[in-house]
Amino acid sequence: MSTVSSPVRGTVSRATATPAPAPPRRGPGRGLRVTPWLFLVAPLGLLVLFTYVPVANMVWYSFTSWDGMAPVKEPVGLDNYVRIFTDPDMFTVFLVSLYYLAGAFLQLALALYFATILSFNTRFRNLFKGIIFFPYLINGVAIGLVFLFFLRPGGTLDAVLGLVGVTAPPQWLGNPDLVNVSLAGTSVWRYMGLNFVLFLGAIQSIPNELYEAADLDGATSWQKFRYIIAPGIKQVIGLTTILAISGSLAVFEIPWIMTGGANGSTTFVIQTVQQAFEFKKFGLASAMAVVLLLIVLLVTWIQRRIIPDEKVDLT
Amino acid sequence: MATRHLIPGVAAAAAAALLLSACGGSAEPGDAPDDATPSGEITVITQRTDIVDTVFAGYKEQFEAEYPDVSVRFEALTDYEGEIAVRMNTTDYGDVLLIPASVTKDQYENFFEPLGSVDEMGQTYRLVEEAAYEGQVYGVSITVNTQGLVYNKKVWEAAGITDLPATPDEFLEDLQAIADNTDAVPYYTNYSDGWPLSQWDGNRGVMGDPDYQNTHIAHSDDPWAPDQWHGISDGLLYDVVANGLSEDDPTTTNWEESKTLLGSGQVGTMLLGSWAITQMQQAAEDAGGSADDIGYMPFPHQVDGAFHAQVAGDYKNAINVNSEHKAAARAWIEWFAEESGYAYDEGGISPLLDGPTPETLGDFDATGVEYVEMNPAPAGQEAYETDVVNTAEIDLYGNIYRQKLVDIARGAADGDKESYFADLNQRWADARATVGD
Repeated sequence: MSTVSSPVRGTVSRATATPAPAPPRRGPGRGLRVTPWLFLVAPLGLLVLFTYVPVANMVWYSFTSWDGMAPVKEPVGLDNYVRIFTDPDMFTVFLVSLYYLAGAFLQLALALYFATILSFNTRFRNLFKGIIFFPYLINGVAIGLVFLFFLRPGGTLDAVLGLVGVTAPPQWLGNPDLVNVSLAGTSVWRYMGLNFVLFLGAIQSIPNELYEAADLDGATSWQKFRYIIAPGIKQVIGLTTILAISGSLAVFEIPWIMTGGANGSTTFVIQTVQQAFEFKKFGLASAMAVVLLLIVLLVTWIQRRIIPDEKVDLT
Repeated sequence: MATRHLIPGVAAAAAAALLLSACGGSAEPGDAPDDATPSGEITVITQRTDIVDTVFAGYKEQFEAEYPDVSVRFEALTDYEGEIAVRMNTTDYGDVLLIPASVTKDQYENFFEPLGSVDEMGQTYRLVEEAAYEGQVYGVSITVNTQGLVYNKKVWEAAGITDLPATPDEFLEDLQAIADNTDAVPYYTNYSDGWPLSQWDGNRGVMGDPDYQNTHIAHSDDPWAPDQWHGISDGLLYDVVANGLSEDDPTTTNWEESKTLLGSGQVGTMLLGSWAITQMQQAAEDAGGSADDIGYMPFPHQVDGAFHAQVAGDYKNAINVNSEHKAAARAWIEWFAEESGYAYDEGGISPLLDGPTPETLGDFDATGVEYVEMNPAPAGQEAYETDVVNTAEIDLYGNIYRQKLVDIARGAADGDKESYFADLNQRWADARATVGD
């Protein structure tokens, strides 16, 4: 299993490599044609070494029945892919991702809501910003453990519910109908801060005159959001949506730490890890990782077709 | 200076070849090693993150006093199996390491240095066959465990139980008595941590047949039939959970906490290897009780009127085949088995044939339990069961399918005992057909 780097990259400013038409004054040792490439050797080398070579390796493994240790990697053609697309057990785990997808949209909505509110002059706004962003700074393993104690029977959540009169709370992780909701909720708690900061940054880059003009015209808060903020941060919304979708397809950390995939909380990535490390099917696991990569790329492509990447002009 | 010890070293090696003397053979018997005198810095990889800086530091001191040319460095891995498997893709995986469960026997020679023949090593050590391939031994157990159930005597007595259960049904009745008469949870699955569930598989010796796994399990199309080991053991686990005799919410169990629960009598029973006894006694003392509260009983199943318990080696020390200090690494392995006292301190049976038996197993012994050393698979068949396991994707040595079993038993997943066992049998038989005999 290899990590899939985010397929979305911000537009990188063009490298200022070759200067515009220069007078024919090329002295020796200055302005050689290869000079820009020399500067690029290090970053490109690292990129190839640590991103493309491992991915190429993974693709190669996916066509073998390698067990992760044997010196020989037996090619098996498309067998691993056939298995993934014909075995219903392989794909039903994506249903679990739907919980996280629903959670992700809730998370985006909440983040957008708080970002909008806190971009206006709210009392204690810096305190609230800190509180909302704080969970993202905590290590994922720590969050898993904290929520394990929070959600266990007789744990913090049950104690709080007991104070308001709920005497028979459900088993938040033990109930198979609730376990994924609880885990997705934990995930929302953790990642909302990141979305919030992205939205807040984008909203604050909208020029202040626009709000002033809107105020003069008597616009309500909702109208300001609908006609100024929303179009102004369209690109960031698009980006976070892709990240949310690919994130919910590739959920791993929180369910792995909290339940280990037991009780029907197995996600696609957990299943990949189990195939690789429990059943020694590195070939199959690599194929699963490749499939996940392709699905994420596909989702990105669809999203780009629906929301084209155009320059927004608010004026 | 110290290299002058070459001749005594060779003499010791010769003695070792005959019968490994207590003073410690220092070189490889048989074919000449690269460097005959133990010297250099060796890296010893261990899974005992809890005692690496305390007990192991003491070992290092004693060992270095005996072998002044050798310096020992420890590396303790938290997730031993996971981390070592990755490192073994390189040549840098220490000088002495524990053979990970994921390496199949036919892969041993790629990773580990052979220590000697089965006949030769078998004169000194127990269970050498467990880490042997084609007559060569690759590892020496750090300690030897037996298998059974650790229980809180006070809880069982409070429930009015006087004799140990001899059948699964009696066991269920006893647990029911605990549920009815005490506040304790009769059985704790440790579902969430997972690995305690895999302990169920280590009890195959209960069937009383050293060749059981060479004639059944991977050689059977229905290991989950009611009269076969997995049918009996997994069936018992299912019934315990289905009758509500285990903890309410298995998904939030916690291993460290379970020790306190058992020690303090909030939990009655757990199925664990004998290695757990000392830890439970410690927990009982920490909880204000006494080490005597902790008892150990054989698995409730008798063959020909007697209990049987499997003895099996724990992790095995082995030498990295790429090591540059093989003599030193070997000296460490022998010293560890013979002189460190690790097995005794851990409440385990000694890896030496004539080693001391731990006090912790006194009561267990008194039940007349017969210890069963399982015979290894015959030559050429060593990897067969693992292949079937991996093909069937039924992790006998893991927790995934047993967690599903617990989920079904407590009504959190579809199916019942019959349907799940039928499914397991079917997948097993299909995998056997795929792997071939």
